[in-house]
Amino acid sequence: MKRQIYLDHAATTPVDPRVLEAMLPYFSENFGNASGVYAISQTSQGALEEAREKVAEILGCSPDEVIFTGGATEADNAAIAGAALGQRESGDHIVTSAIEHHAVLHACESLDDFGFETTYLGVDEFGTVEPEQVAEAVNERTNVVSIMLANNEVGTIEPIAEIGAAVRERAAGLGRKVVFHTDAAQAGGVLDLNVYRLGVDMLTLAAHKFYGPKGVGILYVRNGTPFRPFQYGGSQEGNRRAGTENIPLIVGAAEALRLAVEEQGENNEHCKALRDRLIRGILTKVPNSTLNGHPTERLPNNANFCIDGAAGESILVGLDMEGISASSGSACTSGSLDPSHVLTAMGVPAERAIGSLRLTVGKGNEDRDIDRVLEVLPGIVERLRRVSGVG
Amino acid sequence: MPRYSKTFLDHFNNPRNVGVIEDAERVGTEKNEVCGDTMTLYLRMTGDRIKEARFQTLGCSASIAASSVTTELVTGKSVGEARALTRHDIAEALDGIPPAKLHSAVLAIDALKAALDGAEAGGN
Repeated sequence: MKRQIYLDHAATTPVDPRVLEAMLPYFSENFGNASGVYAISQTSQGALEEAREKVAEILGCSPDEVIFTGGATEADNAAIAGAALGQRESGDHIVTSAIEHHAVLHACESLDDFGFETTYLGVDEFGTVEPEQVAEAVNERTNVVSIMLANNEVGTIEPIAEIGAAVRERAAGLGRKVVFHTDAAQAGGVLDLNVYRLGVDMLTLAAHKFYGPKGVGILYVRNGTPFRPFQYGGSQEGNRRAGTENIPLIVGAAEALRLAVEEQGENNEHCKALRDRLIRGILTKVPNSTLNGHPTERLPNNANFCIDGAAGESILVGLDMEGISASSGSACTSGSLDPSHVLTAMGVPAERAIGSLRLTVGKGNEDRDIDRVLEVLPGIVERLRRVSGVG
Repeated sequence: MPRYSKTFLDHFNNPRNVGVIEDAERVGTEKNEVCGDTMTLYLRMTGDRIKEARFQTLGCSASIAASSVTTELVTGKSVGEARALTRHDIAEALDGIPPAKLHSAVLAIDALKAALDGAEAGGN
C-alpha cells in the first residue's frame, strides 16, 4: 500500500502515543468527578490541578489563571464575549483583524446584536497586522482587542508583543482597561507562549494542534481581567467555566503541551527544513506559483501558495488520489463558496485566491514525503491547466 | 473532502472533450461570481443538432466533472433536447454529486443555456 502522506497539521494532528497513555487511566479507572470528596474524586482533582500547573509553568502564569475549555473555539468565544461583557457599562467596542479565525470573527459579529461595534483591521500583503494601527483603533469605548499570534491559513506570525505594548500605552492614555487577547491556536509547541513576554491578558490554545486530543482548549485569563463567564452551572474552573471537568482530555492537553514545548526546538528545525524544501521546490517546479504569507515571519510548518489556472479544491482531489492530504483556503473546500477571507484581506484578487494550496508539515513527515509532493504536484497542476486553458 | 463516485472521479481525472472548437457555431461562458469557477462550452452544430462539444473550465473537481459529462450528454442532441437537460441529469450522469457541489451542475447547465441562447458565433 502507498504511504499516506499527511500535510494538514494546521487542521489537526494525531494524538502522540505518550499523550494517549497519560489519558487512558482517567476514562474507566480514575473516573471520579473532580468535585467529589471521596478518594477517586481526589485522584481526579489531583490530576486536574497537576495539569493546570503544567500549563501555568509553560505560560509563565499562576495556575488559577488557566481555564480548561471544550476547545479553542469555545476559548475564543469566551474570551471575546467575556471581556466585552465584563465591562459592558463602560464600553461597547472591539478591535480585531480581518484575518482572524472565524471563532473570533463570528464571536465579534454576534455581539453586534448586543450593541457592540467591531473594528476589523486590515493587514499588509504579507498578512501582518501593524501595531500602530491597532493602537489607533482603540478608543474610549474599547473593551477588548483580539489579534492572533499566528495565522492558521498563511502562517504569518503577528508582532503580538509590539501590539500589546502599543495597546497598553494607548489604553493608559485613555485611562481605561482594554483587555488584550491573542488566539494562539497555531502556536502551541511552536512559538514562545510566555504571557508576560507576549504582554497579553488572555490567550487561547487548542490541544489537538500540538498532538493532543480534540475537544479540549486552554484559555489563559490574567487575574484582574474583567471577565463575564460564558457558560453557567457549577463552580468549576474558578466560577469561569461551568461543567464537570473532562479529566482525561485535560490531562492529555497538559501532557501534550509539556511534550510539545520540551521538544519545540527539535520539531521546529525538522518542520522548517521540510517547509523550506517544499517552498523552494514548488516555486521552482510549478510555474506561475507564488508563496502566500510572510517570507520569514511565518510558522515553521506552513507553506501556502497561489497556483494560477487551477482551483485549490481540484488540486486537493488530485493530491488525495495520490495519498496526499492537503488543504486549501479556497472556496470549495469548506462548503462555503466565498474565497478565503485571509487572502482577500491580503489583497489577493479572487481569481488568484481560487488556486490556493496549504501544506502544513509535522513531526511525522519525512524528506521522502516532500519528494513525493514535488514529484506529483507539477503533473496535477499541468493537467488542470490544460482543462482550464489558463496559466 | 466529500466522497465522490467512481464516475465522478473518472470524469475529473480523464475529462472528455477538453479544449476549444476554433470555428464553433455556438459558444457560452458562465462564471459563478461567488466562488469564481468559470466554464466555457463550445458547440459545433449540424443544422439543429449538436455534432461536437468541447469545454474549458477553471474550477473545483465537481465543476470539471460536470463540464466533462455535459459535453457527453449534449453530443448528438437537438437544441430542444439539450435545453431540456437539468442539473439533476448532470448529477445523475456522474452517479451523484455531493449536495454542497450541486452548484457545479448549475454552472454547466447555465453555460449550456448561454451557448444555446447566444448569437451564432459565426463560424470564425
